[in-house]
Amino acid sequence: METFLQQTLNGLVSGSIYALVALGYTMVYGILGLINFAHGDLLMVGALVALQTISLLNSAVPGLHPVVLLLAGVLTAVPVCMAVGYLIERIGYRRLRNAPKLAPLITAIGVSFLLQTLAMILWGREFHVFPQLVSTTPMQPIDGVVVSPLQIFTIVVAFALMAGLMLLVNKSRLGRAMRATAENHRVAGLMGINANGVIAATFIIGSGLAALAGVLFASNYAIAHYAMGFTPGLKAFTAAVLGGIGNLPGAMVGGLVLGLVESFGAGYIEHLTFGFLNSSYQDIFAFIMLGAVLIFRPSGLLGERVADRA
Amino acid sequence: MTTTSSTLTLPAGFSLDPRVQRPLVILLALVAPIVALSFGKSWVRVLDFAMLYVMLAIGLNLVVGFAGLLDLGYIAFYAVGAYTWAFLASPHFGIHLPFWVVLPLGAAFAAAAGITLGFPTLRLRGDYLAIVTLGFGEIIRIFMNNLNQPINITNGPQGIDSIDPLVIGGVDLSMDTSIFGLHTPSVVLYYYAFLACVVAALILVRRCQISRIGRAWAAIRDDELAAKAIGIDTRAMKLLAFAMGATFGGVAGGLFSAFQGFVSPESFSLTESIVVLTMVVLGGMGNLAGVVLGAVLLTALPELLRHFAVPMQMALFGKTLLDPEVLRMLLLSLAMIVMMLVRPAGLLPARTRYAHRDRRNA
Amino acid sequence: MITLLESRTVNKRFGGLQALTDVSLKIHRGEVYGLIGPNGAGKTTFFNVLTGAYPIDGGEFVMNGAELPGGKPHLIVQHGIARTFQNIRLFRELTALENVMAGHHIRSSAGIWGVLAQTRATREEERLMQERALEILDYVGIGRHADTVAKNLSYGDQRRLEIARALATEPQLLALDEPAAGMNATETAGLRALVETIRADGVTVLLIEHDVKLIMGLCDRVAVLDFGKKIAEGTPAEVQRDPDVIRAYLGGHRAH
Repeated sequence: METFLQQTLNGLVSGSIYALVALGYTMVYGILGLINFAHGDLLMVGALVALQTISLLNSAVPGLHPVVLLLAGVLTAVPVCMAVGYLIERIGYRRLRNAPKLAPLITAIGVSFLLQTLAMILWGREFHVFPQLVSTTPMQPIDGVVVSPLQIFTIVVAFALMAGLMLLVNKSRLGRAMRATAENHRVAGLMGINANGVIAATFIIGSGLAALAGVLFASNYAIAHYAMGFTPGLKAFTAAVLGGIGNLPGAMVGGLVLGLVESFGAGYIEHLTFGFLNSSYQDIFAFIMLGAVLIFRPSGLLGERVADRA
Repeated sequence: MTTTSSTLTLPAGFSLDPRVQRPLVILLALVAPIVALSFGKSWVRVLDFAMLYVMLAIGLNLVVGFAGLLDLGYIAFYAVGAYTWAFLASPHFGIHLPFWVVLPLGAAFAAAAGITLGFPTLRLRGDYLAIVTLGFGEIIRIFMNNLNQPINITNGPQGIDSIDPLVIGGVDLSMDTSIFGLHTPSVVLYYYAFLACVVAALILVRRCQISRIGRAWAAIRDDELAAKAIGIDTRAMKLLAFAMGATFGGVAGGLFSAFQGFVSPESFSLTESIVVLTMVVLGGMGNLAGVVLGAVLLTALPELLRHFAVPMQMALFGKTLLDPEVLRMLLLSLAMIVMMLVRPAGLLPARTRYAHRDRRNA
Repeated sequence: MITLLESRTVNKRFGGLQALTDVSLKIHRGEVYGLIGPNGAGKTTFFNVLTGAYPIDGGEFVMNGAELPGGKPHLIVQHGIARTFQNIRLFRELTALENVMAGHHIRSSAGIWGVLAQTRATREEERLMQERALEILDYVGIGRHADTVAKNLSYGDQRRLEIARALATEPQLLALDEPAAGMNATETAGLRALVETIRADGVTVLLIEHDVKLIMGLCDRVAVLDFGKKIAEGTPAEVQRDPDVIRAYLGGHRAH
């Protein structure tokens, strides 16, 4: 029972981060039908920019309160990622909207590698220690279940952001324009919506979320490096597909489900395979799940079946 | 003279008569190792690797360029071929089978892996397929890394070494040999063996391209619904493309294993898949000559960077700002983006033919 | 009159929308059969269900006495039904000739081993296919464009090429989805002549069209769809006088 609760908690922490990144994938997909491969790398950019700010600030003004440092990190990481996300859309994808279908995909892969390489140039290949600005001192609310303030913080922040995004999409003018554009670019354009602007806004919002996810991710694992975006990016994509790509609540649910599956999988895999496989296989759960979902329910858990236009 | 105007027009503004082109390329391919040897064996080694990459690029091109299926885990088939050779021709399990058994087996296993992966996934949309294949590549790598316990199959991250070299007709290609009294280093022997494989691969793929199968692939790539509407069994054709592409990957992998004498999971990372994809994209998806060019250019790139970019940076800045590996990644990623934006048809502007037309008019 | 294709109470739903309700009709061998109706009446849906692009939800199609397999476009072609698309769907990067040769796919048999080995049979088949494809291109009137890449052809020629590609599958029933859409008067006249020729050569034609003049001049019989139901069937002249048809076209209940 304690293991169960513990694994649930661990799953929720990673799952809420996946959900944040998955939202970015799903928003862009919903509006452009494009898998933005580079999205996971924005998480990396967010984490490393935040780290850079924090260490600069810390050496310039020693003894600042950790919350100030964290805030400063976030406040630089988010705009930087938003700018990068905007540039990617503007320079890379916009010209390819009507190109044959492989072109934007290949460009996206190129952008992903470009971001990683640039990060490698700026920050080197080594793993950087990400400071633990929110306490990680374990607490034991229930016997046998360990939870840290950082974990609670992660879950709370992630859920707050998701709620905020849902409000934005469902209640605001921009949200309405986004939904209209996702439905049909040209018609939205005819109705006076600036489709290019809406698409850019989508990239910007998604990138901002990825930056925050990056800071949360790096805080939880206490590590940042140039290739850190790949695995969570892939998992977040899985989460988006799991929930039904293009579907915002789906991405959130998908993220949480994936986090839980992974956490339980890693906890029980040795039993399940009679010791043949161990927890170093944790990462394959996401892939296997992705494969299974795509094969058996490509529209995702919450997705509706959409007929292909003939 | 207008006969040369419609042929291969190179950006620099000079063009070649096709009657000259072909013998020139053959001559170049034949003398390349001899020229390279005068600069040192390491350059011949680069050529050897170039030939392996050409084979990989030919195989991936068949999948991406002909059939339009974006496979981001292609290197997994290379791995299957390489590990097959390592298992069946090394002291690791104490099995030492000859190449004419191991190489076809590796190809067959790779094809089987391709079919296994393709069977459930090929009805997916293109972009989903890309991600699933990427995941597949990673799964294969995770297994290679971890299947050293509880039973040691792959020897984990350490990899397998002392792998048997390629021995053809009693000639051990890993030894320098004397041919007609000429001292021939191992790397040169391997070059010609690989070149023979590349030529065979090119002939086979070209035959596929100009056939009802190649046209069916191109049809699926250009418009899947329309392809179905003229009666093409798109699923079967895609599986065939996947299996054939994988086969070439498997053969290249086996040769790599023998040549290198050592395999480890590190050689089969996602980056490698992307490198091969860039070769295909750079040369021009579908265009065989372009793909060969792309593969040769990009294999030579890191070596050229090592030899030229580093001294140049030293001269300019007094230190190495960007090491060759980083520079290579930078150029690769930029190549992919810029090619798609500016020149999506690739460096060589030739259109891919799917029918013989030289007889009537061309 | 020999029935070539019969649809029996064909139904198709999209979620809550009933797109086709019990559509039954018979197409006779050798005729040009028109399918007309206001926008959204279900004409293209009927096409898509017939050719297997959509699975069928009820009823069946019978071709030459045999039930067609639903939802499997590539099998339906083998039963002798070929189609074109409302928004032209060519293989853009292939030449006109290669497009038509691709259309021969199911009427040729070279397998992968034959192709790899370039057996005599494979080479012979390839040569015949090319000859036949050139004939078909000449037949539809674009033989001189055989080596032009499809995407570079003019609009009217693209339409013709699509018909050529469909003919290459050697169909008994050629289903044309709004072939005259976007064509000028000259092009339409040319198309009409082509369809006449195709019929004269023994291929039955099923035609969806908006151009009433074309339908009336070309079709032997016409069925009218409205709201997914067949509301009339007969010769063009009969249908034109049918009060239900007049109501469907002139509005009344559709005006909202």
